[in-house]
Amino acid sequence: MKAILLEGLYILAGLVSLFTAIMAFKDDKHPTKIGTTLFWGLLAFIFILGKYIPATVVGAMLVIMGFLTAFKQVRFGSLKNSDESFRKEKSKEIGNKIFIPALTIAVFAFGIAQFTNLGGLVGLGFGAIAATILALTMTKAEGKYVVHDGSRLLQHVGSASILPQLLAALGALFNAAGVGQVISQGISGVIPQDNILAGVAAYCVGMALFTMIMGNAFAAFAVITAGIGLPFVFSQGANPAIAGALALTAGYCGTLMTPMAANFNIVPAAILETKNKNRVIITQIPLGITLLLTHIVLMYVLAF
Amino acid sequence: MLKLIGVLIILIGFILKLDTIAVVLIAGIVTGLVGGLDFTEILSTLGSAFIKTRYMSLFLVTLPVIGILERYGLRERAADLIKNIKAVTTGKVLIIYTLIRELAAAFSLRLGGHVQFIRPLIFPMAQGAAEVNYEKVGENEIEEIKGYAAASENYGNFFGQNVFVASGGVLLIVGTLGELGIEVAPLAVAKASIPAAICAFIYSTIQYYLLDKKLSKRLDSKKVNYKKETANEGVK
Repeated sequence: MKAILLEGLYILAGLVSLFTAIMAFKDDKHPTKIGTTLFWGLLAFIFILGKYIPATVVGAMLVIMGFLTAFKQVRFGSLKNSDESFRKEKSKEIGNKIFIPALTIAVFAFGIAQFTNLGGLVGLGFGAIAATILALTMTKAEGKYVVHDGSRLLQHVGSASILPQLLAALGALFNAAGVGQVISQGISGVIPQDNILAGVAAYCVGMALFTMIMGNAFAAFAVITAGIGLPFVFSQGANPAIAGALALTAGYCGTLMTPMAANFNIVPAAILETKNKNRVIITQIPLGITLLLTHIVLMYVLAF
Repeated sequence: MLKLIGVLIILIGFILKLDTIAVVLIAGIVTGLVGGLDFTEILSTLGSAFIKTRYMSLFLVTLPVIGILERYGLRERAADLIKNIKAVTTGKVLIIYTLIRELAAAFSLRLGGHVQFIRPLIFPMAQGAAEVNYEKVGENEIEEIKGYAAASENYGNFFGQNVFVASGGVLLIVGTLGELGIEVAPLAVAKASIPAAICAFIYSTIQYYLLDKKLSKRLDSKKVNYKKETANEGVK
């Protein structure tokens, strides 16, 4: 049951991507019309039919998508949001009710995860469908905006939307190639193999440091979990949900302290016209360090 | 040792800000090759992992409704609500914003942003509170308030989002651990994200409180001067 419902939702997600491809194709002002159409079209194909074709073909499609993003062929076109005066007028007219559809998604996701055995993902899908119906009734928006605004947002998020999935796939390749073993052999000289506290500290600090270097906690998670998390924390019997959750937010502590995370730290300083371009980082370092140390304590206490 | 080349490619690619998707793909392919897999095996590992983790991209189905709500003034409404906050000090403005931002993130509402909220709303409100309370707010103080205002967005955003059961971070954890052979449920990961979310809020509150302390130590309070003036008038 759960599997069938999920498969249905993948088709729905594929349709969002397919409509994005179509909207890009019909967008004559689009700077990279063909590339963008191809990218979202391939993603739609993988989502809807990927299960029924050889995995090798899916892999090849991903490589093509990689070429498209590498040559900057996946971009935002000219799909427009409503103008500001319309938005202001409508927000007064509709009032706080406008938050209800948005909250519906979260309430469904949590409710279905907590009280049924269908899981939070099916909940997310049902919530999105319910929210869309609610939003259409509430705003009396024309149905065509479901396609228009969905495509607009997906083009805005852009190719980065497949990054989490690619990182998980990278983890799979690292695993198949035995990268984890190499890192853990290298580190085992430094970290005692059967010391839980040392393993936890290495995992959290490793996440923060790698995130600081790369500016991206998601990428750090794929690498550090295979290299340090698996051999030094999970293998010692850690609760995987707790240790995993804390490892990622330990990475976020690193995000607070690095100019590499330019979107969060450097761009805002420019937007606020600070004199020191590292002003935001300077402000965040005391909290970042304290919270990172707290993560080590939390993981040691809660996950074991 | 050679197997670590993928890690190196990722490091260099991210530092040089090359295209993220391409860097990750190249790192994966090269790692597979030095790890002794042939090209077909690499493609099929990549493809089957991608198919298995399609759930990580289910947020796509939420985009149409969010887009429609934005068309009808979702952000404008949120901005109106925040404008109505009545907070007496700089620190309190930031405490309330961090709380709202963190709760919104936990409910998967992406209602924040340095461009949309901090520059036009939160920073002016935080600065305004200081100017109401103190005689002369100097350039250095304004510079510091800017830093704290930008930080309040990051604190709330980062540590609230994983409390949502289908957030990108939660699904990344589920997916990555799954590929390494460890099964976890998204709900368990979301619940496990609550302690760090609470700690982050407490620490940020302490930081804002210390900012208020620092401002009141450095700057002359309007109220104190007002009292002095009236006292002087009394002597006359």
